[in-house]
Amino acid sequence: MIADTVNPVEYVYLVAGILFIVGLRLLGSPKTARFGNRISALGMVGAVGGVLTQGIVAWWVVIVGIAIGAAIGISAARSVKMTAMPQMVAIFNGCGGGAAALVATGELLKRIGAGETLSVDQSLTTILSAVIGAISFSGSIIAYLKLQEVMTGRPIVYVGQQVVNGLILIVMLVAAGYVIAGQDQVTALYVALGTALALGILFTLPIGGADMPVIISLLNSFTGLAAALTGFVLNNNVLIISGALVGASGTLLTVLMSRAMNRSLTNVLFGAFGSVKASSGAKSESTGTVRSVSADDVGTMLAYANAVIVVPGYGMAVAQAQHAVRELAENLEKRGVAVKYAIHPVAGRMPGHMNVLLAEANVPYDALYDMEDINPEFERTDVALVIGANDVTNPAARTDTSSPIYGMPILNVDKAANVVVLKRSMNPGFAGIDNPLYEDPKTVMLFGDAKKSIEAVNAAVKAL
Amino acid sequence: MSEHLLTELTIFILAVFVGFEVISKVPTTLHTPLMSATNAIHGIVLVGAILIAGTQGNPLGPLLGIVLVVLASLNVFGGYTVTERMLEMFKPRATTPKKTDA
Repeated sequence: MIADTVNPVEYVYLVAGILFIVGLRLLGSPKTARFGNRISALGMVGAVGGVLTQGIVAWWVVIVGIAIGAAIGISAARSVKMTAMPQMVAIFNGCGGGAAALVATGELLKRIGAGETLSVDQSLTTILSAVIGAISFSGSIIAYLKLQEVMTGRPIVYVGQQVVNGLILIVMLVAAGYVIAGQDQVTALYVALGTALALGILFTLPIGGADMPVIISLLNSFTGLAAALTGFVLNNNVLIISGALVGASGTLLTVLMSRAMNRSLTNVLFGAFGSVKASSGAKSESTGTVRSVSADDVGTMLAYANAVIVVPGYGMAVAQAQHAVRELAENLEKRGVAVKYAIHPVAGRMPGHMNVLLAEANVPYDALYDMEDINPEFERTDVALVIGANDVTNPAARTDTSSPIYGMPILNVDKAANVVVLKRSMNPGFAGIDNPLYEDPKTVMLFGDAKKSIEAVNAAVKAL
Repeated sequence: MSEHLLTELTIFILAVFVGFEVISKVPTTLHTPLMSATNAIHGIVLVGAILIAGTQGNPLGPLLGIVLVVLASLNVFGGYTVTERMLEMFKPRATTPKKTDA
């Protein structure tokens, strides 16, 4: 590509890269976000259109592949329920990672097949994109299976897990070293790919469901990085630019999510949060008294309040209660009750998960408040309505230095005059940590499926 | 390190900084669509997939070549469709008046 005459497709790639950046910039505001996504899609159409002018011979492979991918991708994306969004994003992410790994593998085989000797630069970037893409592929599949609840969402841990992972990592690095050194490159590549696939699985297994926002962001960043590296392999700038953008975005979200839980990324990845703590939490599970009330009581409480803050959590997503919640909020607003929503950064299974679910239920986005903005308001609030959220409301994070979540920023629901907690049962939350909020004298509990409970409360409000 | 790699590395690093700058301005409300949108963007690997599977001397063979193009296309088409679906739901208060009698 370093020549006096530039291949015209390079200009197309440059424009595509600019369109991706502008598109992401427009995603910064809800008003322009949709336009931004279309600008980015236009960049994609341009880049793919450009590459189709580059000496394609196996048209049927390209056309059949795109047709199948488009048909499955579009129909899956159209039919998926909003509550299943995190696993959908995970699986598409895995596809991208797998594709990056195959591109790198293909290019290496091609060059070796043509009798070329790869420079260190080339073999280094090739093996990196193959390995990172493969980790992202298998890791995303495990994340998908966990989120889809095909397999348990709880951390899967066993004795010597870190040692096994460490050994596999060493084998992978040695194999990668062989590829870079130019020794038995094809065999070494396959060993590296195999071990990378295994590592993706093994690193994701011990991640608990509540840590999914972090791992989904991290895997997204991995695929971005793998795509950028295939750009180095193929000497293609648009791949480098777009991969770098995604890598940066994924990394930033990963850091934000870890910070929102007051934990380091290492702790999220290797801490197996939930499994260890479950045992310590379980024994004191039944101590203390909680007040259980009926839906009618909750209805009365809400109807005669001035200000209500709804605190949604993963329980709302599981019960698909977002539409019922919006109806209840509308009925309360008709009675003059001010209703706001408090969104914790890590509520749900991916960054901003609650916002999407509430948006689906037609809740206007300006009724949703971030933690920093809403926390001072709890003191002036009559009722905090906690729907299937647990650890993000646990006051032990503020006060109890021995609590595993001590120091994690929480929503200060306990400052509200009254707290209503909707919960399926008295089982401790995902992380298995006791929540003293439930034993607070001003807290009442409404047990049952969140959707049914909200509908019953709504009926009670209407009947008043 | 070749001069060529250095140039590519420069592009990469500058793009990372642009990415950080642009993405840090996205509000929490839009984090899921943002993730989905960036997820769609790394579908750009389709360009690489077409180059490997479609040009002379596809080293993977036609079957694996199709698998490769399918994977990348799933990422592109699925990614953009999901993002579009999410974003069309985000509405400000003004467009949802309280009089939803219908």
